[in-house]
Amino acid sequence: MKILVCISNVPDTTTKVKFTDNNTKFDANGVQWVINPWDELALTRALELKDNAANGITAVSVIHVGNASSEPTIRKALAIGADDAYRVNAEPTDAYNVAGQISEIVKSEKFDIVFCGIESSDFNGSTVGSMVAEFLDYPSVSAVSGLNIENGQTVITREIDGGKEVVSVPAPFVAIVQKGIAKEPRIAAMRGIMQARTKAIKVSEPVAIDSLTEIVTFELPQPRAKCKMVDAENPKQLIELLMNEAKVI
Amino acid sequence: MSVLVFTENWDGKFKKSSFELASYATKVAEMLGTTATAVSIGNVDDSELKSLGNYGVKKVMCVKNDSLNVHDSQTYTKVIAEAAQKEGAKVIIIANNNTGKALAPRLSVRLKAAIGSGVNKLPLSVNPFVVVKRAYSGNAYAQVALKSDIKIITLAQNSFELIETPNDAAVEAFAPSIDASMVKTQLKDVQKQSGKILITDAEIVVSGGRGMKSADNWAPLSELANLLGAATACSRPVSDEGWRPHDEHTGQTGKIIAPNLYIAIGISGATQHIAGVSSSKFIVAINSDKDAPIFEAAQYGIVGDAAKVLPQLVEAVKELKGK
Ligand SMILES: Cc1cc2nc3c(=O)[nH]c(=O)nc-3n(C[C@H](O)[C@H](O)[C@H](O)COP(=O)(O)OP(=O)(O)OC[C@H]3O[C@@H](n4cnc5c(N)ncnc54)[C@H](O)[C@@H]3O)c2cc1C
Ligand SMILES: Nc1ncnc2c1ncn2[C@@H]1O[C@H](COP(=O)(O)O)[C@@H](O)[C@H]1O
Repeated sequence: MKILVCISNVPDTTTKVKFTDNNTKFDANGVQWVINPWDELALTRALELKDNAANGITAVSVIHVGNASSEPTIRKALAIGADDAYRVNAEPTDAYNVAGQISEIVKSEKFDIVFCGIESSDFNGSTVGSMVAEFLDYPSVSAVSGLNIENGQTVITREIDGGKEVVSVPAPFVAIVQKGIAKEPRIAAMRGIMQARTKAIKVSEPVAIDSLTEIVTFELPQPRAKCKMVDAENPKQLIELLMNEAKVI
Repeated sequence: MSVLVFTENWDGKFKKSSFELASYATKVAEMLGTTATAVSIGNVDDSELKSLGNYGVKKVMCVKNDSLNVHDSQTYTKVIAEAAQKEGAKVIIIANNNTGKALAPRLSVRLKAAIGSGVNKLPLSVNPFVVVKRAYSGNAYAQVALKSDIKIITLAQNSFELIETPNDAAVEAFAPSIDASMVKTQLKDVQKQSGKILITDAEIVVSGGRGMKSADNWAPLSELANLLGAATACSRPVSDEGWRPHDEHTGQTGKIIAPNLYIAIGISGATQHIAGVSSSKFIVAINSDKDAPIFEAAQYGIVGDAAKVLPQLVEAVKELKGK
């Protein structure tokens, strides 16, 4: 079985978000780029599955739709342990287009399990994974917090409101993962970093697929009113304010 | 032409969020000069289906088919897509919850419909069709133009008010062309906790961080939550430590919530934590460090020791709310 992990290249989670070009473009000046946290966990899980030979995972690949500037992030995924990587050379500005590009590669390279994260920390779409599945007419399981292989069958835990379900779907399928899929992201060791230099990044040009959305402008959130302080000696006043001023309790 | 809204049910009942969706769909339909139709999948009785009419929905398409007892995203997508085509829906509205996130993107591809996800207010305009969505994990919003003929919006929870517009909704049975062989998801086990208020549904959430010091100190926090009819939540290190269950963790890598009131106790207010709670209408911070960043996100604050302040808050609620 072959696993493909979709990785999004996102600003480090502590980045101070700013925009340029009349608020239409993210200001990447001085920004540190990282693998989207969910995708890092998905990759970790894929590698854990491969570590156990009984699972019969022959390769873990990663894919990224983006331009050459995102190669350091792809290299990082290779250093963590992915066997090889695909990069579709297109600016990722529309989820439908990105998912369409990914599904073309899945179709030609025949992966059995495709992992996506629940959301990218920049666009917050929560859309690419399930879109890939529909492009391919594959089953998809969302909100996946656990994935195991037992006797050749994939056993998936997904979160539902107030609980969990254990399900299985036949391969090939798409798993959209969230908290729980792996505990801690795997970190690249020195050996991995050395090996990553020689691993292949297969670059392809995008196929023609429409974009259905366009960013008109970005806005920063309204600054919140200054915090009103209540004396620690009189917490009762806080409850009064919440009842009579904010009217939320 | 119409606006179609998918209203999920929980054991045959709708929730407040279902009525928010119905209210929202009705308003969007008004903007387009049309009406809203709801589609429901599962065993929901007629009076419950008709209750959607109280929020302006004109028609409810009701799908009852045993093949749909297990949530299978592929098959559910086919059902909603077929309903949309039958209704000539120009806009489809779905909750931005687990179910919505599983279905909306599939529908988007199936109908070649642009998607605006995690939207928290009405479209800014319908021609061009522009919606506002969360971006950069709450550090920004994006105005996005949806350029396709059909549009999909996933509505952030607790972001739109209920609007009662009494009206007698027509309930119609709808039989999509699906059968059991299409369902690929096999359900093996369900583990459900009952009786707990879900943090994604709750209007008030009381949350504890590392400043709570130990799992043993949670009793007054839980009591406060109980008295307020609130759900309990926590920061990531708290769930990592095993002080609280993982499903209570809020933030960028946990649950993203938008209650009316979020009370953060002993939480420093790291950006990754704020990312999950910044859409709360009011944030209250209780922290012993007056310089903790949480006070920048909060509207009300107390600088003090949680161990001392919490019991007093509990007493104050009992006294003032007469409980
Ligand atoms: C990629 C990534 C994703 C992350 N995702 C999340 C996420 O989703 N959610 C999340 O929460 N974190 C997340 N984090 C972790 C985040 O950066 C912070 O480390 C975390 O939120 C801190 O939790 P805390 O506020 O409980 O603890 P601390 O930062 O240790 O803060 C404890 C606070 O309690 C106060 N305090 C101490 N004693 C008392 C007392 N007696 N009474 C009152 N106050 C007291 C202190 O002044 C301090 O402000 C993420 C980090 C990374 C790198
Ligand atoms: N440009 C991209 N290239 C590869 N995978 C992506 C890309 N953008 C998003 N993804 C995948 O889709 C998931 C959800 O992203 P989004 O739909 O943008 O919230 C991410 O966690 C990734 O797994």
